[in-house]
Amino acid sequence: MLLASVIGTVVSTQKHRKFEGAKLLLVQPLMLDGSPRGTALLAVDGVGAGVHERVLIVLEGRAASDAIHQHGAPVDAAIVGIVDRVDLDS
Amino acid sequence: MILAKVLGTVVATRKDARLVSNKLLIARPIDPHGKLDGNYLVAVDTVDAGSGETVLIVSGSSARMASGLKDCPVDAAIVGIVDAIEIQE
Amino acid sequence: MQLARVIGDVVATRKEPSFEGLTLLIVKPITPAREPVGRPLVAVDAVGAGVGEEVFFVRGKEASFPFYPREAPIDAGIVGIVDHWDVE
Repeated sequence: MLLASVIGTVVSTQKHRKFEGAKLLLVQPLMLDGSPRGTALLAVDGVGAGVHERVLIVLEGRAASDAIHQHGAPVDAAIVGIVDRVDLDS
Repeated sequence: MILAKVLGTVVATRKDARLVSNKLLIARPIDPHGKLDGNYLVAVDTVDAGSGETVLIVSGSSARMASGLKDCPVDAAIVGIVDAIEIQE
Repeated sequence: MQLARVIGDVVATRKEPSFEGLTLLIVKPITPAREPVGRPLVAVDAVGAGVGEEVFFVRGKEASFPFYPREAPIDAGIVGIVDHWDVE
């Protein structure tokens, strides 16, 4: 799992039926210092996240489809938590 | 599985209901000699690991086979605390 | 599956209960030319491999299949010891 920032939303009318009702968000994976890590990607939202929130994402197919309760959905990333705080040993 | 060092914790109040009782830790992979190597990841703790400990992390769909994680939307789990590593190279 | 050399082992007393009795080895993936490729990782041994041996390992949930019906959270497993290979 990675920390990410929600940077946008995506509207798609025509998509695979297993996405029915799922919200698609654009997320930017983050380094621990908050800088971007790699390129932004699309994730389905399992927790009701919004733009600018810092979230926890899973990057694995089955876990992602479980997150939206759509077994066998063709997804590979999902938001599973909204991060309140990260504590790091200095 | 990878070897990693636990660096900290993540607190998330609003999260998937299947993650509610789980501790989320931040860990960074290490090489077999203990050197930090590669980027951090967040993993669910199943063995009561703590900061500074060297742990074993399983990733991908196999993570859900760890104790208590069946059908949980996770992709990385801490499944062991490492006592010793022996290398012959 | 990928070729690798076994370079070490891992001892863990406190661990996932389903790991009881399993051998955890550190493997270093190699190319057919025996050059290291990628990072070393920990793999569960299903064939009795030892340090110094050349093996092949499988990644993913399939790595837990040799231990069926045990359901263990394994994502890499040594499934063969290589006698030799030939590359054209």
